[in-house]
Formats: sequence, C-alpha cells, structure tokens
Amino acid sequence: MPMTITEKILAEHAGLDSVSPGDLIQVKVDMALANDITAPLAIRVFNEIGGGSVFDRHRVALVADHFVPNKDIPSAEQVKFVREFARSHNITHYYEGGDVGIEHVLLPEKGLVLPGQVVIGADSHTCTYGALGAFSTGVGSTDLGVIMATGETWLKVPPTIRVNVEGKLAPFVGGKDVILCLISMIGVEGALYSALEFGGGTICNMPMYQRLTMTNMAVEAGGKNGIIEPDDVTRAFVSERVPGDGVDPVFLETDRDAEYEKVINIDAGSLEPQVAFPHSPANARNLSDCGKVALDQVFIGSCTNGALEDLRDAASVLRGRRAASGLRLIIIPGSPRVYREAVREGIVETFLDAGAVIGPPCCGPCLGGHMGILASGERALATTNRNFIGRMGHPESEVYLCNPHVAAASAVLGRIGGPGDL
Amino acid sequence: MVFEGKIWKFGDDVDTDIIIPARFLNVSEASELAKNCFADLRPGFATSVRPGDIMVAGNNFGCGSSREHAPLAIKAAGISLIIACSFARIFYRNAFNIGLPLLESPEASEGLSEGDVVRVDLAAGSIVRISDSTRFSANPVPEFMAGIVRAGGLVPYTIERLGGKTTG
Repeated sequence: MPMTITEKILAEHAGLDSVSPGDLIQVKVDMALANDITAPLAIRVFNEIGGGSVFDRHRVALVADHFVPNKDIPSAEQVKFVREFARSHNITHYYEGGDVGIEHVLLPEKGLVLPGQVVIGADSHTCTYGALGAFSTGVGSTDLGVIMATGETWLKVPPTIRVNVEGKLAPFVGGKDVILCLISMIGVEGALYSALEFGGGTICNMPMYQRLTMTNMAVEAGGKNGIIEPDDVTRAFVSERVPGDGVDPVFLETDRDAEYEKVINIDAGSLEPQVAFPHSPANARNLSDCGKVALDQVFIGSCTNGALEDLRDAASVLRGRRAASGLRLIIIPGSPRVYREAVREGIVETFLDAGAVIGPPCCGPCLGGHMGILASGERALATTNRNFIGRMGHPESEVYLCNPHVAAASAVLGRIGGPGDL
Repeated sequence: MVFEGKIWKFGDDVDTDIIIPARFLNVSEASELAKNCFADLRPGFATSVRPGDIMVAGNNFGCGSSREHAPLAIKAAGISLIIACSFARIFYRNAFNIGLPLLESPEASEGLSEGDVVRVDLAAGSIVRISDSTRFSANPVPEFMAGIVRAGGLVPYTIERLGGKTTG
C-alpha cells in the first residue's frame, strides 16, 4: 500500500506493515522531550503512575531553556525539581547552565533526533524535527509523563497535506517567509490535525536551517507535524552529527502514488519578505505593504530563527551599522555551540558594535516570560513564531514576526523595513 | 455524565497564551494557575466563575503552546466543560487527560450566548438551553473518554484500571 513518509514512520514504530489516516495506533518513541515549564508536571505524572525507572535514560531529554538562568524563586524551584529528577534517574540528556540551548536548536545539533524517528515532546514546537525526516509532535505533560515511563504513546495517524513550493527565492527571502505565506493562505487551523509535508524545487534547494524554521511553524497552522523527505542536504547535516551510539538514521520518502488530503502549490519565485502583523501568525503581509511601523524592540533568536546561519544573516545586514536610537535590539544565540561559533566568526562583535544586547542561549522574550518583556503600548519585531495578544509582555503590546534579514534591517531603521531600505 | 451550568462565551482561535500567559508558568499547581486564567483577556474571570459553569467558544480553541497548564487553569477555575466548534489537537488531548471534558458542536457554538444556562449530556452529545428548551447536538464523547473524565483524568483512570477496579 502506498504511504506518505509520515505514515511509513508511524507504521514502522507501531510494528505494522501499513497505516492509514485515522488509524489509532500505539507507537514506540525514540526520544521524549520536556523543558523546565512542562517537565515538572510530567515528572509528577510519572511519579503518580508508579515512579519506577524511565523507559530508557538515554532517550529522555530534559532541557531547562524557558526561564533560565532562573528568573525568580518559583522558576528556580521548578528547575531544581527537574534537576533532582534527572540526577536520580541518571538522565543522560539533561541540559542547563552553560550546556543549555533552546531545545529545538540543541537536539538536532547534538544528533539526538534523527531521520525516521518518532520524537514526542512536551512543547508544541517539537514539530521542528520533521525537517530531518522524522515524525515529531508536541503533547502535554500527562502524555509525556506516561511516555517517560513506558516509551510508548497512542496516536491518530494524520492525513497529509502536501505543500509544493517552486521558484527561486529572491534575496533576503527564506524559509520563514514561505511558512508565513503558507499560514496566511490556509489560516491558523488550515492544517488542524494534519501532517504538513513540504517539497518541491524551492525546498530541495533550501539549506537545513531554513527547513527547520518551516517545520517549526507547522503547529502555527494547526498541524500535527511538519515533515520534509530526506535528501542530500539532510544526509550531509546528519552525517556531521550522528552521535555514533548505535542509533542509525532511516531515510524514508513518500511513495509516488501515496494519497494526500490536499495539495497546495506555492509559487515562491515572486515571494517578498513576509511580516505577520498582530495578533496572529496568519496575518502576513508583503514587506512592501507594511507602511511605516515604528518599533521599540527587535528580537533575533528563538527555536524558529536561533541557528548560527540565522545570526549570520542578521550580521550581514548589521555589519558596520547601529540599531536606531531608542530601539532595543536583543539577540539570543540558540545554543552554546551557536554562541561560541558566533564569537569566533566575529558575529557577536558585529552585534555589540550595532548596540545589541546578547542574551545567553534560552527562549528569551519569545514567550513573554523573561529577558525583554514589553510594556503597554510597545511594539516589537521578532524572528519568533507567535504574536498572540500578550505573547511578549503587556496585553496592550504588539508583536510582528519576520525573518532575520528583515529584523536586522528594521533594527537599524527603527521601523519595519528590509535591507533594501538601508 | 450530565452537566448543568451558565455559559461563558469566547470567540475563535483562543490561544493558550491568552488562557494562561507564560509569565504565570513559573508554578504548576492548578489552584495557583487558576488565579491567572484569562488574566489579560478577562480580568476577574477566575473569581467570577461559579463551579460547574460551562465555556462556549468558536474554532480552534486552545491553539498555540502545548502547556497543560491551560486546561488545568480552566478546570481549577471551576469550568466543568468546554463546547467549541473545534479544538486545537494538543489542547484536546490535554483536556481529557486532566479530566476536563470537551464537546465539538458548531451549532451550539453559534447558537448559545453568554449567560445562557444549559444542560449537557456528554454520552448522548446533547446540549439543551434551559430557558427555551432549544436543543443542539454535538459529537458524543466515547465511553472510555467519559471514563477518563469520571476518574478525574488519565492518571487516576490508569491507576484505577491497573488496580483492577471497574470504571464503568
């Protein structure tokens, strides 16, 4: 029976020859993930249902990345609780302090998520790993607590929406613009419960960091997972990172005659940089239609655009320039490795010369908890994934979403604009 | 299972950031989370809800973050049930897992107003407005999921089952 890549991975992990959309299946989980906000609840569930040992101490990743370095006493208590659990269960992949990065930047970088795997995380942006050809999706803490104990979970096999992207992207246009364009086309529930499978010439030519940006935001259209069939770009990325502990990547692709729920075609050749206006990621406009939007803050980072290449993109615009007077530019590398490399390449110096504040690798102000919160009436442009009401601070503040090139140019201009406006 | 309560009405795409803003996620006790439920959108919501009240919303309720704190906050605030046109998938799973039942009913989402009092039969998928006996239908909740709700969530449900007790 012909299957999509999502169906093949799920069938394999359910021990079945084939699965179809709508099937309820029990799957084995290759990696279970939680962060400092979701892990405490998951650990409590784990303890309540028996509190034995975790299913595999090498396959549970606990990443304290949201409210770190601990911002207040309650968040310090939460991380302490997670830390003590990690120690008592001898969890291999527990990260905090100088080892921590944003979970979805850190795990691919360390080779902890691989093509063909099932990765389940108590974080909605777990769907990021689909860029590597894995099935990955977010769940809540109760589901994750059970997975930590059993290594299994039940899932409904999603139908797949195929998104074909064709055309050569214009300068300063990347994966972020394609995904914002798609979300504005189909809406924030346009892919509810479905797999979003990206392909076509544009994706084939797209570097891995931009693919990760695209799958990261599949959930912003309601998708269960985003996925891209592995190719040479994937193989090259993975070959540099496989930890070599006996876990091998499995490169799968969609059968030619597999059934899709829907096929969406995007002509990206004429795509402009996109900016999502408040208060929805589906509110994207062409950069040239944005008008004069003055800014108080620009944030470059997050699990969506916190990779080294994202920082390189920003630095290429900021080199020799300064952020506009009165504008706060906050830049947060996605992982310690990204940070170190950005220092080595002189990117951090470029940012400092531009007047930026550099934060330690963490989620930062993206979710409005820490390090760059907005006051009432303030307006920020960010390379993040959500611009809901109050997402970055006061309910009367505003968040606009864009790619790193546009964020950097806008920081210099003091208003929303592109590198071409400099 | 039958519920009766007063309606609190919400719109489309109610996201988990608006249900419980991230700045309040430095704790995970449900009673603490409840105090800040809809803190920005409807200040005072948490103290105005009476136990048993029912929420009615539009499309894609609970979109955004995977935070289980969102259904926990709503349940601990006193809401017994949410009726919506549709739910975001992570929220749907989380809500049942913590024992908060959900019903999908586009017609009730359209037809019910703030302040209406309704009687809801989960298994039958029926919603009746008390004042004029208007009836709305919903997708019924399967028996095993009603069992999860009755037990108070997936954890007590699982413990009961492992203990060999019947959950009927």
